[in-house]
Amino acid sequence: MLNKISTYLYLRPKLVLWLTLGPPLTYMIIVYLGSLFNLLINSFYYLEQFTGLIVREFTLGTYARTFEPANLEIFTRTTLMAIAVTVMDAIIAFPLAYYIARFTPPKLKTWLIIAVTLPLWSSYLVRVYAWKLILAKEGILSWFINLLGLQGALDWLLGIPAIGGSSLALSPLGMFIVFAYIWLPYMIIPIQTALERVPHSLVEASSDLGAKPLQTFRTVILPLAFPGVVAGSIFTFSLTLGDFIIPLSLGNSKFFIGQAVYSYQGTAGDIPLAAAMTMGPVVIMIIYLLIARKMGAFDAL
Amino acid sequence: MRSNSSSLTPKAPLALTIAAYAGLLFLHVPILIIFLYTLTPDETTYTFPLPGITFKWFGIALQRADLWRSVTLSLQVAAIATFAALILGSLAAAAVYRSNFFGRESISFLLVLPIALPGIVTGIALRTAIGGFDIPFSFWTIVIGHATFCVVVVYNNVLARFRRMQGSQIEASMDLGANSFQTFWYVVFPNIATALLAGGMLAFALSFDEVIVTTFTAGQQTTLPIWIFSQLSRPRDRPVTNVAAMIVMLITFLPIFLSQRLTASSSDTEGNSK
Repeated sequence: MLNKISTYLYLRPKLVLWLTLGPPLTYMIIVYLGSLFNLLINSFYYLEQFTGLIVREFTLGTYARTFEPANLEIFTRTTLMAIAVTVMDAIIAFPLAYYIARFTPPKLKTWLIIAVTLPLWSSYLVRVYAWKLILAKEGILSWFINLLGLQGALDWLLGIPAIGGSSLALSPLGMFIVFAYIWLPYMIIPIQTALERVPHSLVEASSDLGAKPLQTFRTVILPLAFPGVVAGSIFTFSLTLGDFIIPLSLGNSKFFIGQAVYSYQGTAGDIPLAAAMTMGPVVIMIIYLLIARKMGAFDAL
Repeated sequence: MRSNSSSLTPKAPLALTIAAYAGLLFLHVPILIIFLYTLTPDETTYTFPLPGITFKWFGIALQRADLWRSVTLSLQVAAIATFAALILGSLAAAAVYRSNFFGRESISFLLVLPIALPGIVTGIALRTAIGGFDIPFSFWTIVIGHATFCVVVVYNNVLARFRRMQGSQIEASMDLGANSFQTFWYVVFPNIATALLAGGMLAFALSFDEVIVTTFTAGQQTTLPIWIFSQLSRPRDRPVTNVAAMIVMLITFLPIFLSQRLTASSSDTEGNSK
């Protein structure tokens, strides 16, 4: 019986393809793309301000509202934060990933990889909250800064209008630190994977041909590992764009995209405006992903 | 060909070693601080150094039925979402590996979208769709949401393993008279088993910790992340939140450790590819 089915299937590769691809494709298209499409449609409706009801008529008015100065400011603020966090994470992650990939014996490597992935397993919210403890006025960082006698420097940083605030926990600077901390493992892992794949023979060939270690790093290792950085940046960039937990628990009262969407659909009940606002990150991320795929970043995921 | 990689491990420059361990420290000190603050007798502020030491929060956490209910719910959601992701993800990986078809390149793109797009997009899209069809928000709407972003993790792990597997093994099995099912069970499955396990663990972790999509797809259900989120706005219970977090971390350490050991033994051939 099984042999018969096996032969039957063997002769019909198309059927096997549909049997294997069918379920995941159906699920993703119906549940995921279907929902996204539905969201897109909703962004063309509008909320009747007086009745508070959603009017199901085609309009571009809701999109026009996303270009109001207040909303544009939210987009700019969030995108700048996402860029800053991505760059910072790449800078912190690269040496660590490089060290793990190149300079550690297998045993230590296993442990270091565990050490890098462990924070991903511990609750994201609690790690955000831990930073609330650290950054608070009477918290551990202030205590440490006082110990080093750097109180003046901190006050100066907090005095800069764009990044400062009344305390680290209530400033964009504090949010930046927390964002960079929370998404860091997502940057380390793809870079390390990409670095592991750099063939040893190429590095050896480079040094045999007279390149200094730094030269080999710059001309051989870095270009080959770059797709890993791009792969990591997909996560750090996108996760920062959409997060509303960190701005809600740390920053000042200035909105980020995620927060704006959350409050528009929640308290205001304005699903069309929330939908239109999310289309901003969607467009940014799709362009980003297409470029990333061109650069071969998907193989490093 | 690399025969013995451990003896060839070069020595790292000092600056690199310092940068690497500074990075590790940055990753872990905040977690240690949570451990430290489980002992604080101070309920309302975050004073450092701690004004004293107490173990009473452990006892209080044990008695909190709402905490344990949310832990159970999160475990159930993660288990079912992982199960769905294992099936859907490995099927997709098998299809992409085995056959060439129109749109094959787009499959990875479609699967990676839910984790590549900001979580809030997935969340609000699902909420609008579920609400639009008048489906009640329930346990299953949480699972459906989680499964969408768990599939890609399994898919990536299994596909990577398929690509490293020798096709000749499958041909040999078929030549020796095994049917497709026997070949799958005796040749393919043992090859991908550790990839499934590692992918499954990662999917489980993603689901267990997810809060953004969940806030949109849950009804009255409180998963562990949602429970913690609700605790953050109630200062009186903060040390209990720390205890809860500590328990979660200690419980999850074992599976991640095991999964790393499993994939580490099979991945040392990496880097040898041309």
